[in-house]
Amino acid sequence: MLKIGAKDLAKYPFLTEAGEYLRNTGLSLEQLGDPDWQPIVEKAYGRIVVASSGQIYGSDLEALDNDSELLSFLVAIILLKSAGIATLIRRFSLAESRRAEKYLQQDLWISRDKKNLELPLKIIQDLFAVNVSIDNEDFVIKVPDYLQRAVHFHEKEWKLVNRRVANGLVYLSAHETVRLIRAELGEYINGKIQSVNVDSIPQSFRHRVEDLVALAKKFSDTTYVSSEYPPCVKHGIEVLEKGENLPHSGRFLLATYLLSKGQTVDQIAPLFKNAPDYNERTTKYQLAHISGSSGSGTKYQCPSCEKLRSESLCFAIPDCDGIINPVQFGKKRKIQ
Amino acid sequence: MNEKNALLIESAFKEYYFNRFDLIHVPQKATEREFGYQKFNSGMTRHLVIKNDKELHLLLMREVPSDVYCSNAYYSFPNLSMSEKDWKGADLIFDIDAKDLALPCRKDHTIFKCNSCNNHMIEFQSQCSKCGSTKFDIVSVGCMNCISESKKEVTKLVDILTTDLNVKKEQIEVYFSGNEGFHVRVTNADYEQLGSQERADLVDYIMFNGAIPESFGIKRQNNSKTSLPTFEEKGWRGRVARKLFSSKSKAPKVTREIITSGYSAFQVQLEEIKRTMGVRVDPKVTMDIHRIFRLEGSINSKSGLSKIQCINLDSFDPFLEACLLGDDDIDIMADCPIQIRLKNKKFGPFNNEIVSLPKYAAVYMLCKGLGNAT
Ligand code: SF4
Ligand SMILES: [Zn+2]
Ligand SMILES: [Zn+2]
Repeated sequence: MLKIGAKDLAKYPFLTEAGEYLRNTGLSLEQLGDPDWQPIVEKAYGRIVVASSGQIYGSDLEALDNDSELLSFLVAIILLKSAGIATLIRRFSLAESRRAEKYLQQDLWISRDKKNLELPLKIIQDLFAVNVSIDNEDFVIKVPDYLQRAVHFHEKEWKLVNRRVANGLVYLSAHETVRLIRAELGEYINGKIQSVNVDSIPQSFRHRVEDLVALAKKFSDTTYVSSEYPPCVKHGIEVLEKGENLPHSGRFLLATYLLSKGQTVDQIAPLFKNAPDYNERTTKYQLAHISGSSGSGTKYQCPSCEKLRSESLCFAIPDCDGIINPVQFGKKRKIQ
Repeated sequence: MNEKNALLIESAFKEYYFNRFDLIHVPQKATEREFGYQKFNSGMTRHLVIKNDKELHLLLMREVPSDVYCSNAYYSFPNLSMSEKDWKGADLIFDIDAKDLALPCRKDHTIFKCNSCNNHMIEFQSQCSKCGSTKFDIVSVGCMNCISESKKEVTKLVDILTTDLNVKKEQIEVYFSGNEGFHVRVTNADYEQLGSQERADLVDYIMFNGAIPESFGIKRQNNSKTSLPTFEEKGWRGRVARKLFSSKSKAPKVTREIITSGYSAFQVQLEEIKRTMGVRVDPKVTMDIHRIFRLEGSINSKSGLSKIQCINLDSFDPFLEACLLGDDDIDIMADCPIQIRLKNKKFGPFNNEIVSLPKYAAVYMLCKGLGNAT
């Protein structure tokens, strides 16, 4: 059987093996409440704060050799569950999946010559039921497995036609392989956290839990998803929330649509926070431009359904019948 | 359709369904599929479960449908409403229709039928030459060239399915659609789970839609160290290379030319490759994972020909092999300005005259709207 060591768990603390490892150390939650362990609690708290700001928590490589990486992840989960705030959990899962993604990519790349791919391939296989194998320098997965994931990306290079395909397999680099499962990794970590039950926590954790609740207040005004939004807009928001890249045309749709519904640039900007290339200043600048409050002063209109369809951004449902622009969604009802 | 015509066609269909049970079977996993049918001059009946050949034959004899359909999808509860069916998977299906190929021969076998006076014209005109109306029905009659061009598309499709997508020959069934094209059904467990969006991207692959120069090594800038795909490569990369270079020895020279001509010129070349080498299927059909699709063995009411499997595609002649109605003579009033060929016999042209035709030809005329029962 594959031996998963402390260093592996430091990189991938969400693996099932982490629990076993912890049990073997004999450490209990109560013990973690001891002041000696306070640095771990602080580290865990820091990990959440970094994640909530949309950043990826960086581990120093030396620390990968001790248990504090794994322990701080587990404590972070306990803190998050006690605070019970979905936004924080989501942001944390996303950031942690990005962090693991980096290691996964490295592990795939480094071990590919040595044919020592057991761990990274096992993770991909066990967690997501995707079989990845190696052909020379490349990683290959079955066409249907590829399609099921790649259709969520909108960049042209992810279209199957722009891939090397042979004998029912798609050829990918280490980076692309990992990129393909990013969203699932985030969901997996999120699911893991959801499944954890925390009844009582040590006194020494309390303080940080309260801090988290306070921290979350900052985000509480950013509930954007409304059932009133048309599917294309909802889809765009979901893509962004998963930290996927939304093409320019999709961002343009969100911006123009939400502006037309009376939202302000400041209300809209945070939506783009999870985008891989987020930059607050440019985002606000672009939004201001689209809204007509800067530059030429022209206010841009929401693109038509037809245009969105041609850009594969339309996800029409029966309620879309009879409208030609997303801003009409919900206003006109199908008459029968 | 007028009542008399419908009755004549129905009786011919009934005779076929009665005599040719050997040709009409439910597909595999029948109990998990949704069936539907239509009768002349009435709507679609859907959400039916037909468990076996016997039940199917009974239905055909009882209802004598004009058209019969069966889902490519499998459901837990095929007879419930769409939202309650519980979709489990679907065969991959492809529709190749000569109509979509826009061949030059089409104008020679397309008839414009005036909606108000029934005048027939072969050449497109903006107004009816008799009554000046501007509304026409467009009818196309069988054409061997359209069929052989459609066969080429089927062959291209089968090549991509087998070499690029690892579908086994035994998993591919090719059918004549019963009118002007072919239906292809793939039963491969790897692909049956794919949703609509995934199938859309798969169709783009097959049609060579959305290919960008970067995927073949041409960037917007700095192509000095570019490497184009090679002759031996698999998939579209190899296909593109073989098309561009035409022979291995020409590769270096052509590569230089491509690099000098630049990005947008290459884009144009890709467009050209899409036109000539991409498979022209109807993307909407493949994307639709809830479709009910014409049932094999059943008759297509657009022509009176049957949807039947093509075992040997190259030699397949639909106007002989799929023309399965009876051949006793029937008098009809025929108005068909173009000669048609069925079962190696020629019929017409007819100019609003009463003629005695074998049943299969009479029904063909009626189905096409080019004749009336007397
Ligand atoms: S039909 Fe229009 S509103 Fe509905 S999803 Fe498509 S683009 Fe959006
Ligand atoms: Zn007329
Ligand atoms: Zn033709």
